[in-house]
Amino acid sequence: MEARHYKKLWWEIILATLSFSVFPLLILGGVIYHQFSVSYTAKIMDNMKTLAENRASSIDLFLEERIAQLTGLANTQSLGQLQNEDYLNRVFNIIQTRSKSFLDLGVIDEEGNHLAYVGPHYSILKKVNYKDEKWFQEVMVTGVYVSDVFLGFRKIPHFIIAVMVREKNQSWVLRATIDSDIIDNIVRAAWIGKKGDAMIINRENVLQTTPRFGGKVMEPPKAPDFAAATGTMVEAMDFRGETIIYATSIIKLKKWILVISEAPTEQLTPLLQARFLAALIGLGGVVLIIIGTYVTTRAMMKELQRMDRKQAASDEMAIQSSKMAALGKMAAGIAHEINNPLAVIGEKAGWMKDLLAMEDVAKSEHFQELLDAVHKIEFHVVRAKTVTHRLLGFARRMEPVEERVNINEILDESIDFLENDARYRNIDIQTNYAPDLPLTTTDQAQLQQVFLNIITNAIDAIDKDGEIVINTRSIKQNNRISIEISDTGPGIPKEALPKIFDPFFTTKEVGKGTGLGLSIAYSIIEKLGGRIMVASEEVIGTTFTIYLPVK
Amino acid sequence: MEKFKMLVVDDEPDFLETIIKRLKARKIEVAGVDSGYKALEFLDKHDVDVIVLDVKMPGMDGIETLRAIKKKKARVEVIMLTGHASVESGIQGMQLGAFDYVMKPVALDELLEKVRQAYDRKMIQADKA
Repeated sequence: MEARHYKKLWWEIILATLSFSVFPLLILGGVIYHQFSVSYTAKIMDNMKTLAENRASSIDLFLEERIAQLTGLANTQSLGQLQNEDYLNRVFNIIQTRSKSFLDLGVIDEEGNHLAYVGPHYSILKKVNYKDEKWFQEVMVTGVYVSDVFLGFRKIPHFIIAVMVREKNQSWVLRATIDSDIIDNIVRAAWIGKKGDAMIINRENVLQTTPRFGGKVMEPPKAPDFAAATGTMVEAMDFRGETIIYATSIIKLKKWILVISEAPTEQLTPLLQARFLAALIGLGGVVLIIIGTYVTTRAMMKELQRMDRKQAASDEMAIQSSKMAALGKMAAGIAHEINNPLAVIGEKAGWMKDLLAMEDVAKSEHFQELLDAVHKIEFHVVRAKTVTHRLLGFARRMEPVEERVNINEILDESIDFLENDARYRNIDIQTNYAPDLPLTTTDQAQLQQVFLNIITNAIDAIDKDGEIVINTRSIKQNNRISIEISDTGPGIPKEALPKIFDPFFTTKEVGKGTGLGLSIAYSIIEKLGGRIMVASEEVIGTTFTIYLPVK
Repeated sequence: MEKFKMLVVDDEPDFLETIIKRLKARKIEVAGVDSGYKALEFLDKHDVDVIVLDVKMPGMDGIETLRAIKKKKARVEVIMLTGHASVESGIQGMQLGAFDYVMKPVALDELLEKVRQAYDRKMIQADKA
């Protein structure tokens, strides 16, 4: 397989693994976070709603108490008594000992004349007539009246509670100014955290208390218009680019609206922390998955490449074997086709020789020449026969004759054959045998042929002055014997290495080698169930390693 | 003059003609035919000791011929001559009762040596019988 193909597969596996693990993780994290966020937000909103209701009812209670106080006072005292400012002052002081909710107290007759006044704005208010004031007209109709915050004659924002009393056939009004600080304090208790705010607005969206941020009493608040609110509600709204949670509740007595606001960024801090934590864990998970994917994919790809290489090697061997088989068949065919004409040539030459042996021909002038020619023909028929017979030997598909053999002994015999030649060329043959080499059942003659071929090649490769080392080893793990034959020859060029087991491939001079030696060795070893391998480095030398099964 | 009578069976006329000439030059009583059928016909009419039989022939091949010969005259010794290294057919031939097999091309003297050995065996077996 090509490197590009591996790269593609690598990415496919990585992407698939990542998408199948990262997406579920992200979805899981997202869902959990969302659920948490929803329930947490719901809880916050619930809290705000409770708070708003609570504050609103506190204010209602406060106002109710004040009205009750004033109503009680008005109905228990007569106009005559209260007209007396000293008396009124005394009454005022008594009320104030219980609660300092009132700033001043005034008694007004039905004509709007300020009959008596106790409070800090005496000089301004004593002489005023309230007949044309809105609140005065209202109270004369409804009997009890709570005002919005207004400036009035004193030109200071305040609000009042007024009660009307009918005494005999005349009506009078008891009016008190409420200390708006008290309302402010009740509202202020709903300021949550550092950014929370609370305020009261009337139905015209005008502030009745001083909010924490932005806006003053009697001005519109810096908040969405809740003037039309009809009941308790909580809502997250975008206001001037910020998301703020608003809760409203109605103050029943006055139809004022209590507005509480909270910056979710503050209230939802635990949620943000949860989000941060979730993101952190998610990121950690993703990093772990990426590392894990990388590591496993790398291991997998390595294993795959290893297996592919193994497969390629065994494919190569299968190809080699089938190539050998095909070549063997072809060689046998060629040998047969050549042997028949060769036989004819041989017979004809023999006949000529027979004729030359007859007396009358011997007297011929060219007798010697003819005899030489016939001998040469016979010699070359034999030479050609050697080639064809070796070809046929290569092609032979005979079951090997099996016997128990000692490989070391076969090697020694093979060396005996070649020792003279080696000595003559000053080549030293060293042997390094495993003494405990097990006997194996194999074809001695064929094995000897293999050893002879390889050692002859080694001698031819060295030519003169060198060394041949023959090792045998017993490989117990896979029950094999290895035979290593190394020479100090010039080595085999890299480009020739894959071809050396091919028939007719030779590096020897023309006429010297048939190019069949190693291919015969290869096919014999294959047939004996072994393997033959070659390693060669130019200049340094060549090593043939033969593995044979121990049977 | 050798004592035995010889028959050479080969479809290659040049080979057959020459080897007959050479054998006759050696004073051997020999005949040549170029097919299995002719060999069987020849056997009906003549007495033969040793047959040199080419394995690969058109029509009736060497193995078939060998079978027929052994059926007809079991005592006749046969040497298989093969241009092919088909050792299988050589071995098959020997299992069918051939004396030996020889690969082409073969030196005449070597062949004659085998023929003599085959004749000797025939004589020994004839004595036993």
